[in-house]
Amino acid sequence: MNEQVPSLTPQGELFCSPDVEEARSFFRQKPRTMTNKLMSVSEAVSRFVHDGDYLASGGFGGVRIASSVLHEIVRQRKKNLGLSGHTATHDFQILAAGRCFNRCDVAYIVGLEMRGLSPNARRYMESGAVKMTEWSNAALAWRCKAASMGLPFLPARVILGTDIMKHSAAKTIECPFTGQKLLALPALYPDVGIIHVHRADIFGNCQLDGITIADYEVGRSSKRVIITTEHLVDTDEIRKDPLKTLLPFWLVDAVCHVRYGSYPGNMPYEYFSDEEHLAEWVQAEQDPNTFQKFLDKYIYGVSNFKEYLELKGGESRMAELRKLEPLRRNEERPMPASGGSL
Amino acid sequence: MKSNNNRYNLMELMVCVAARQLEDSRTAVIGTGMPLAAAMLAQKTAAPNLVILFEAGSVAPKLRRLPISVADSNTQTDALLLSGMDIVFEACQRGTVDYTFLGGAQIDMYGNINSSMIGTDYDHPKVRLPGSGGANDLACLCWMTLVITPHDKRRFVKKLDFLTTPGYLTGPGARERAGLPAGCGPYKVISTLALMGYDPESKRMRVESLHPGVTKEEVIENTGFEMLFLDALPETPEPTDHELKLLREEVDPLGLVIGKAGQ
Repeated sequence: MNEQVPSLTPQGELFCSPDVEEARSFFRQKPRTMTNKLMSVSEAVSRFVHDGDYLASGGFGGVRIASSVLHEIVRQRKKNLGLSGHTATHDFQILAAGRCFNRCDVAYIVGLEMRGLSPNARRYMESGAVKMTEWSNAALAWRCKAASMGLPFLPARVILGTDIMKHSAAKTIECPFTGQKLLALPALYPDVGIIHVHRADIFGNCQLDGITIADYEVGRSSKRVIITTEHLVDTDEIRKDPLKTLLPFWLVDAVCHVRYGSYPGNMPYEYFSDEEHLAEWVQAEQDPNTFQKFLDKYIYGVSNFKEYLELKGGESRMAELRKLEPLRRNEERPMPASGGSL
Repeated sequence: MKSNNNRYNLMELMVCVAARQLEDSRTAVIGTGMPLAAAMLAQKTAAPNLVILFEAGSVAPKLRRLPISVADSNTQTDALLLSGMDIVFEACQRGTVDYTFLGGAQIDMYGNINSSMIGTDYDHPKVRLPGSGGANDLACLCWMTLVITPHDKRRFVKKLDFLTTPGYLTGPGARERAGLPAGCGPYKVISTLALMGYDPESKRMRVESLHPGVTKEEVIENTGFEMLFLDALPETPEPTDHELKLLREEVDPLGLVIGKAGQ
């Protein structure tokens, strides 16, 4: 018994500073003017994603992801990004395809949930090209929550006693009231957060339907936020149902109108995932040469996301995926507000 | 996967046995694949009021189709609450979630799980696996952890290559000493060979019943650590025709989990 109590000295690197004063200074100078932020995905990525930035992708890997931004990051050959990998599946697969990142906070990577593992992402991670620090899904959500709260850390009761602890950058602390040993999770302030939503106005006020995943936290902790939206609406539409609002305008830097912007991922209430195409990704990844041709066809060889959608069958394929979507909006009786508590 | 007879395959056996471990009117955060098939089957049999939560934010949906992701639309149909990861994990941390149900690449005698890597050098893994996802969080915070996994020596190991998700760590009291919530931890393991629980004194894995046709020797042969056995060892009851019908026709009609052989 107790022959191998894991070390409590974490060896993982902290990729982002949890310095709240620095973050407050940044947020202090961020403009509050309600200006038109509508732009193309290409412009949003050139202006707000820089080589070396630390990126957080909203949604859940293959559900409500900002695919168009991820493709554009690959197409613009952004390099040396940092990445927050909370259940990163298809989003991770896309960025790994472009070899866009060299450091990663790991909670769930390489895997594709029930769709298996990504062969290319595995090769990339096993090559030693990416520095990794280990966390868990709750830890990454709470790290962004600490940042959203403007606090340098949040205590939590996970990870303790495991090898995740050893390879994380977390620390242990003693509760000043109870003496309880706790994990201290450092605040995570990503340079850029990218989030796909159901509706937004041109100023950045945005709303989503269905589960919020970690997007309240990602949206509020990120220094710059790129929103892609299925539907562009008037601000009055946002005001009709404010309980659904994810972020108000002054947190948002860019709004891009991208219909089917989560494709081939699922967009709740809009369209289901394209399982055939997701399988095509995994199949193409088996062989590096085949995969290069696949990427040339679908990402490097097209000038924008719309052309990719056209290659995949355009409106007629999207209509099929809309039919497969199990969630329907009840216009008479609005959906309950996103968020809420247990 | 080989079948014991022609009536059901081993995936079907595991899912049916797993479903029977979940009591009615409990709360459970469930992962995709076999754990979810088991929870859905439990709702259709002995546990109609089992509350299923998904770590991505859906709470108490009426599941119609087997979700592919713990966030996809099929997790959200007719839910009582659509929230976020923080809300669900915080419910676990507060002590309101009874079960979690996980898979894993390797498991040791204290129920610790590895889902991070195969190999001994962290910086150069032989195989990089996904990592914790929400598994570490759920096994730290939910009252009872169930695991479902095929049974062989590569999976039931003496020493994990990486301890991703805590079981009883190094034995009695180790979780509490590490700072994890008191009084929770591994509860059951459902494998292709047996149903296992944990010895209350030593916190070591212990076989509670052998699946039909499986011998004690077979379990020993396929386990990399010293397995404990109950003195009087019953046979796991076979899946009933009713369970198999529900599983094949309502829970997993596409054979995503139980395979095409099940139909």
